Amino acid sequence: MRLSLLMLVLASIVLGGCQTANDSRETSPALYEQLGKRTGIADIVEDLLYLIVEDDRINEHFAGVDVEQFHTNLTDQLCSISGGPCTYTGRGMRESHADMNITDTEFNALAENLILAMEANGVPTSAQNRLIGRLVPLYPGIRNL
Amino acid sequence: MRKCVNTLAAGCLALASAAPATADVGSRLWATGGVTSIEGSAGGGLSPWALLNGYASDEEWGGTVTVSQAKTDDYSLSVTGAGVTWQNRIELTFARQTLDLDSLVFTLKNGFGLEEDELVQDVVGLKVRLAGDVLYSPWGQWSAGLQHKQNREYTVPEAIGSEDDTGTDFYIGGSKLFFAAIAGRNLLVNGTVRATKANQGGLLGFGGDKNNSYEAMAEGSVSLFLTRQWLVGAEYRQKPDNLSFATEDDWWDVFIAWVPDRRVSVTAAWVNLGDIATLKDQTGAYLSLQASF
Repeated sequence: MRLSLLMLVLASIVLGGCQTANDSRETSPALYEQLGKRTGIADIVEDLLYLIVEDDRINEHFAGVDVEQFHTNLTDQLCSISGGPCTYTGRGMRESHADMNITDTEFNALAENLILAMEANGVPTSAQNRLIGRLVPLYPGIRNL
Repeated sequence: MRKCVNTLAAGCLALASAAPATADVGSRLWATGGVTSIEGSAGGGLSPWALLNGYASDEEWGGTVTVSQAKTDDYSLSVTGAGVTWQNRIELTFARQTLDLDSLVFTLKNGFGLEEDELVQDVVGLKVRLAGDVLYSPWGQWSAGLQHKQNREYTVPEAIGSEDDTGTDFYIGGSKLFFAAIAGRNLLVNGTVRATKANQGGLLGFGGDKNNSYEAMAEGSVSLFLTRQWLVGAEYRQKPDNLSFATEDDWWDVFIAWVPDRRVSVTAAWVNLGDIATLKDQTGAYLSLQASF
């Protein structure tokens, strides 16, 4: 029992470790490619928007938003943040969320929906984590802290 | 004092069962409530983390109920616990620990003339998140807490030189998740410093003939999220050594936890508890089931 559990843990660590070599070679454009380039990101954002509409924790913030414009802006933003050849032309995070009083609950809800949208599009765990890691610096601006 | 602990425990369990089973589990991301430690506080298995139990975010309530079992060479420990968290700010927990003495029964009978086969302890815990967020703050999340512990069977601890049947641990801890830290996997690091007089976590009472003062103990863990459902890691907990009756060792474990969704988690571990009350090298398996609401 004890030995097999330890083996399981070690196997997990070793299996995880095998991917280190690949990941450490990756530079910024690889994340963009893992997300499926701009087309893939546009699909993720589309799924994200469907999840947002269904999510009573946050959907009221999106009432009256120009969905097409929002989809384009967020796609460009994620494309740019993931190292892709896009330019985000929307407003800064602090400015665009200034009057919204975004709570932690709402921020978490959006993060959850983004992760679910990436999962639905087959984005590998490591790419999901790296994208979220690059979005975390936006937290203080969005929360207006 | 015991009455006070019991009242708190009953209140805690009542709160836990009063929450509607169909309510949404809170909004914090998967596994950010940790699991339930053997003392009831959110943490790993052996040590409290700075995370608060369940999934309540800043506008929500949440909580957990847990059953855990550890089986070492000569002992078995059962823990039932419950807790609630308010707005990811305050965590209130209760745990009852029952340690079956198994092999030690003979030592106690022959050496001390005692006819005890188990030790029981209640732990009421309070934790407050002081600052930060484990995911979003560059400096992580910081919490302070206390664990008030009461022996329900004190004959054995008293006979082996413990000074008190009641004690309170105070701790401060930090937790931080590093995104894509190893092989693109998220790494969760926890550190805790605990001021304590507890012998074997309190199951053998508080203070002793060798030392009867508070001492600062270091605890820590690292865990890697293989996916958002699976994490593996290791934990370490430094311990005091207050009784001349038997030396007390530090604890450590390696664990794997499965968090299929927010409602349920299953944690399995291999624990090394060292020498406990003269019985050498207590190692064994640990299993914990937790439900969140």
